[in-house]
Amino acid sequence: MADAIAQTAAADVLLSVEGLEAGYGEVQVLWGLSLKARRGKLTAIVGANGAGKTTTLRAVAGTLSPWGGRIMLDGEDVTRVPSHVKAARGLALVPEGRQLFSMMSVAENLELGAFSPRASRSYAERLEQVFKLFPRLAERARQRAGTLSGGEQQMVAIARGLMSDPQILIIDELSLGLAPVVVYQLLATLKQLKQNGLTILLVEQNVHLALALSDYAYVIAEGRIFTEGLPAELAANPEIRRAYLGL
Amino acid sequence: MTALLELDRVSKRFGGLLAVNNLSFAMREGEILGLIGPNGAGKSTLFNLINGVFTPNSGRIVFNGVDITGERPFMVARHGIARTHQIVQPLTNMTVLENCAVGACFGRENLPLHRATAAAREAATVVGLDDRLHALALNLTIAGKKRLELARALAAQPKLLLLDEVLAGLNPTEIEHMIAVIRRIRDSGVTILIIEHLMQAIMSLSDRIVVLNYGEKLAEGAPAEVARDPQVIEAYLGDPKLAAELEGKDEGSAAHG
Repeated sequence: MADAIAQTAAADVLLSVEGLEAGYGEVQVLWGLSLKARRGKLTAIVGANGAGKTTTLRAVAGTLSPWGGRIMLDGEDVTRVPSHVKAARGLALVPEGRQLFSMMSVAENLELGAFSPRASRSYAERLEQVFKLFPRLAERARQRAGTLSGGEQQMVAIARGLMSDPQILIIDELSLGLAPVVVYQLLATLKQLKQNGLTILLVEQNVHLALALSDYAYVIAEGRIFTEGLPAELAANPEIRRAYLGL
Repeated sequence: MTALLELDRVSKRFGGLLAVNNLSFAMREGEILGLIGPNGAGKSTLFNLINGVFTPNSGRIVFNGVDITGERPFMVARHGIARTHQIVQPLTNMTVLENCAVGACFGRENLPLHRATAAAREAATVVGLDDRLHALALNLTIAGKKRLELARALAAQPKLLLLDEVLAGLNPTEIEHMIAVIRRIRDSGVTILIIEHLMQAIMSLSDRIVVLNYGEKLAEGAPAEVARDPQVIEAYLGDPKLAAELEGKDEGSAAHG
């Protein structure tokens, strides 16, 4: 099945990471990691702590400069493109732990999401869309982001990403620290976004959850792709346990 | 059989967080015990409790028949426990030999300088730094610094060695070398407690594994046993019920639609 994916037309792939190497200081974390996110699909990355998931996302978003390899967005090489330019070209990151401007209101956080000239032109329209998606945020627009519940903060983080009018939304640890009912609401929203044609790349600590909602999944371990495939195939695969537990 | 190290219902609290919760386990002399668990499980806190950086709020730590609970780190080192740090802590403006001599001077025997230097040379040789004895620690590569961290601990001539992620950040060749060094140290009679995120490595190195989760012992046993334990798998891969619940809800809504 991996072959089938490899054979899909290049035009089908929005984001492609090829032989990525990256690290911090002298320490190499990623050792030639490759993955693809197909248009209008939800691609999941799972893997144990320290496997390199967040490092991969940082390199893709441009907040960390890769040591080697190539990152292609919509057919263009963006390996050395700074993060704000990538954001303007339609790549939005919802970082781990939300990273909201906690002393600013919900509305101000969303406004900052639409910072790029392209996104700011359609600001009013986009605001209406995210408020339709998350009615809760419309109610709390004037409230300081730091005073919201964890689930509401995650909504703001996703909404802020959407305000940039992205082609691809990259989410780092969607369910971390959230109650199951909140996770369910967020997932329903992601499905809706996908149906509207958005491409989503998701890092998720709960493997079962990631497999339940993704169209394709990568398991990473020790800075490399350990295994990949369709979720149904992976779920039955003992390799996942081996990636996490070594045996 | 008497245990070399015994933890008896040890707890450590930081404000509202119970970092280590009523934890008991024992280590026999000469074994390699692997300590695993998700981030924040309490592994490094446990090292800090054993070597005296933190004092437990309750419980007892007995080493070699002596109650060492609450003793200061330099005294714990005298008893024969040495450690490495996850983030290497070399004395950067001293040479490899001098770094190791510090370990020997303040280790199990408080050696005088000339004997400490001999012990330092020996420890550096074990880890393969004998060709860099007079290099400043700051000029070593990360792999070199990791080896130095281990050599300095080893120069203290410990009975028990606590290794905190000595493989992290090394390339595959360096990892292989380090694993061989750890095995050699154990074969020389040193008991080893090791924290490591590289699961294949720790599972193959360890005689037994203790799994921590939220500061509590989740499982204990041979590596193969532990890797099959459903609770351990859930701690690493997440709760399967959450996904099942979502799929259930989906089917429900599909039926309505």
